[in-house]
Amino acid sequence: MSELGTVTFGLLLIAAAVGGAAVLTWFERRLLGIWQDRYGPDRLGPLGIGQVVADMLKLLTKDDWVPPFSDRFVFVFAPTAIVVAMLLGFAVVPFAPQLYVLDINIGLLFFLGMTSLAVYSVLLGGLASNNKYALLGGLRSAAQMVSYEVFMGLSLMGVVMLTGSFSLRAIVEAQRDLWYCVPQVLGLFTFLIAGIAESHRLPFDLPEAEHELTAGFHTEYGGMKFAMFMLGEYLGLILISCMITTLFFGGWLGPWLPPLLWFCLKTFALICFFVLLRGAIPRPRYDQLMTLGWKYMLPLTLLNLVLTGALALLLEGQRHV
Amino acid sequence: MTDAVTSLWPFLVYVVAVLLLVATMLGLSFVLGQRRANRATNMPFESGVLSVGSPQIHIAVEFYLVAIFFVIFDLETVFIFAWAVAFFELGWEGFIAVLVFIAILAVALVYELSTGALDWGVKTRAGAPRPESRQPQEEQH
Repeated sequence: MSELGTVTFGLLLIAAAVGGAAVLTWFERRLLGIWQDRYGPDRLGPLGIGQVVADMLKLLTKDDWVPPFSDRFVFVFAPTAIVVAMLLGFAVVPFAPQLYVLDINIGLLFFLGMTSLAVYSVLLGGLASNNKYALLGGLRSAAQMVSYEVFMGLSLMGVVMLTGSFSLRAIVEAQRDLWYCVPQVLGLFTFLIAGIAESHRLPFDLPEAEHELTAGFHTEYGGMKFAMFMLGEYLGLILISCMITTLFFGGWLGPWLPPLLWFCLKTFALICFFVLLRGAIPRPRYDQLMTLGWKYMLPLTLLNLVLTGALALLLEGQRHV
Repeated sequence: MTDAVTSLWPFLVYVVAVLLLVATMLGLSFVLGQRRANRATNMPFESGVLSVGSPQIHIAVEFYLVAIFFVIFDLETVFIFAWAVAFFELGWEGFIAVLVFIAILAVALVYELSTGALDWGVKTRAGAPRPESRQPQEEQH
């Protein structure tokens, strides 16, 4: 693809990602409504999709308030960090064989780096607010994200071992015969859990935990700055779904349909799965969450690495004999 | 690697576009937002209760421990990353080397867990009184 084409695609991608995240706020409420036997927002426009526009207008006209007792610069900076980091993460996702903004041989590391940057947003937001609830929420989420990040990268190493590359396009190409969700089922499981915890979605939304911390790290936030935290969270959800599609479900690969459509279909199915998780699983207690991370998921990830290594080398040896 | 350099500037345009978008969002809400000042507008929100004392409270030491463990185990992942990308070239020798490495870390993790460093809320470390209800569970280890 020409460079001008890549630039155009990049701008379209930003629009699609932000628009997708906005529509997802409505879509999630509708889906949850269906699963919980109620309607959800259905008043504005067909199926209630006008709710997205109404919410946006409302948030834009809310008081742009920076608390006088806060650290003003950091308070404004914190919500922007998560949006920027998540949108930059989208740059390395290969949507189709020639459809990407940035193709680097360390694409996977770039993605991991960008998702780790999101922790700054939550921690700084909590610290800068100078509010007890916000501080506790910020600390909790920093500890949670840091704990789950340890095995988030490790859970993907099975995929890297089998491919021999950090390049996301090479990883997709290597799945022509068999999607990695079969040989790397343990890796998929651990990455899924790490991904939910990193984007602090509902079963793991301890940082926000409404009934004990009012709203956690964004207690003092309102209007557009609050919306940016939410935007970052939904962008994170889409990004994680895109990455799971790329790494474990063969990315754009698939028969008959065009590659981009396959990619979008798989990502959409994963997003629905994440919403269903939110509707199905209750929130664990904080110490249970940390125990799950360190005592079960981390050893499981290491076990996956050792098993993958041993089996791959055994099979490779047999092929050469 | 030459094409990597030429294909970098679309990404730079992308970065600038992202920053512009964020700046626009903040700017628009600054211009469009309403202004109001009521009696309690500029007070910290604590569910309607007046705030008492400094918000910079003492925090539980577990958070600090988690941060330290993160540094240790994240360093471990860096070494494993380097091995994973050259997995088939290194073959069995590399695999056994990493196996030893992982075993050492697993021992560290088991030690860490057995000292109660990750037991949230229940203080079982030296110096703290040992809660009676925890003791039967501890003896199983």
